Amino acid sequence: MAGTIYMIVRLHGLFAVVMLGGIYSLMAASMFVVLDAVDVAFTEAAVGAGISTVLMLGALALVKSEEKVAPQKVLFPLLTVLVTGAALIYGTLDMPHYGDPNAPINLHVAPTYLKDSLPQTLIPNVVTSVLASYRGYDTLGETTVILTAGVGVMMLLGGGRRRRRKKEKDEA
Amino acid sequence: MRHHLVLRVVTKLLIPFILLFALYVQFHGDFGPGGGFQAGVIFASAFVLYALIYGVDKTLQVVPEDVLRVGIGLGVLIYGMTGIVPLFLGVPYLDYSPLAHSAPHGQENGIFSVEFGVGITVSSVMAMIFLQFASRGGKDDEDANGGGDET
Amino acid sequence: MNDWVGVYNYWIVVFLMMAGLYIVIARGNLIKKLVGLNVFQASVFILYISMGKIEGGTAPIIEPGIKVYTNPIPHVLILTAIVVGVATAAVGLALVVRINEEYGTIEEDELDELEEQERQT
Repeated sequence: MAGTIYMIVRLHGLFAVVMLGGIYSLMAASMFVVLDAVDVAFTEAAVGAGISTVLMLGALALVKSEEKVAPQKVLFPLLTVLVTGAALIYGTLDMPHYGDPNAPINLHVAPTYLKDSLPQTLIPNVVTSVLASYRGYDTLGETTVILTAGVGVMMLLGGGRRRRRKKEKDEA
Repeated sequence: MRHHLVLRVVTKLLIPFILLFALYVQFHGDFGPGGGFQAGVIFASAFVLYALIYGVDKTLQVVPEDVLRVGIGLGVLIYGMTGIVPLFLGVPYLDYSPLAHSAPHGQENGIFSVEFGVGITVSSVMAMIFLQFASRGGKDDEDANGGGDET
Repeated sequence: MNDWVGVYNYWIVVFLMMAGLYIVIARGNLIKKLVGLNVFQASVFILYISMGKIEGGTAPIIEPGIKVYTNPIPHVLILTAIVVGVATAAVGLALVVRINEEYGTIEEDELDELEEQERQT
């Protein structure tokens, strides 16, 4: 995965860059399967490697498809990235070990959800029942965010067809 | 022209299976991985495939823009209605228990209709966004794959 | 010093996150920035999901006979985050297309120069 990121940094052809982004999403999806997150892997593969790549290619067809070759200043971004990375690694030193069943996030409400989901909702998939029933408000907000994004794209890009149709009507 | 023919025939064979798989993922999301979001994205990708092979105009004949616009709002409306109906039955908002004869079956019905609403909204929004991008460029929206250069 | 044996996998994910962040900051082309943002987001998701894994557990789908399940709550949060991420990426791409139509370029330094010229006239 690090090799993919390195190639994204170095390449100038944007088509290849977008494809590498899709490959990275697919590798992330297979990592999710290894980490037992099957719903998340499904969504990441469909959304990240599918829809996101297609939309970027669609946008790429409307703009220039080569990155400008210019001397890039790398000192400041490299410094920022190193400082942030060091701070994050310092933060992870306090974290519980990987896979620890007694970590605090695994003791609060998760055992309750896992125990009560099947008797209370008759649904074996705990992720769906938590998403739709126990945390239903969040899913309502998320669906509204998707609606807003669709309306936003319609407003930003929606004038083209009407303008073209009006031009055809004027010419006729 | 020959490879366009192969693509068109294969697409025509595949699209019903993609749509069927999307419906399977939607309604089987209670027993395996899946649910509204994944199903919506797969459903939209069937329309994207059709638009890539046959062109945006024919896709807009199959599913007109107004249907997509209605679909975007309809999903959130279904979700909100599933939340408001329990209010009339005397329990808090989005509490699905009174929706059937017993509380667990009420939860099942509530989750089913909520995921259905989410699936409709997600598929309409994804298809609408792609069609907006594809119908934007007047002269250069024919081949989205031909615009890149490999270094 | 044997704490870090248990957390070194988080360091790998932090490295991937920082690489994605580097793409966002260090490159001027707007589409490359969006691809870098996508990479950064995917790495953050890996970080959260790996925090929820339990040794010897399986996917959180209740089956008779299995005792230990992976924590489902990070899965729910990340599911939401993925779909919201693609929605914002779509709006970002729409903005890039409009910027290109208005200014004719999508390189950051050229956009700065054009804005400077517009502000002066």
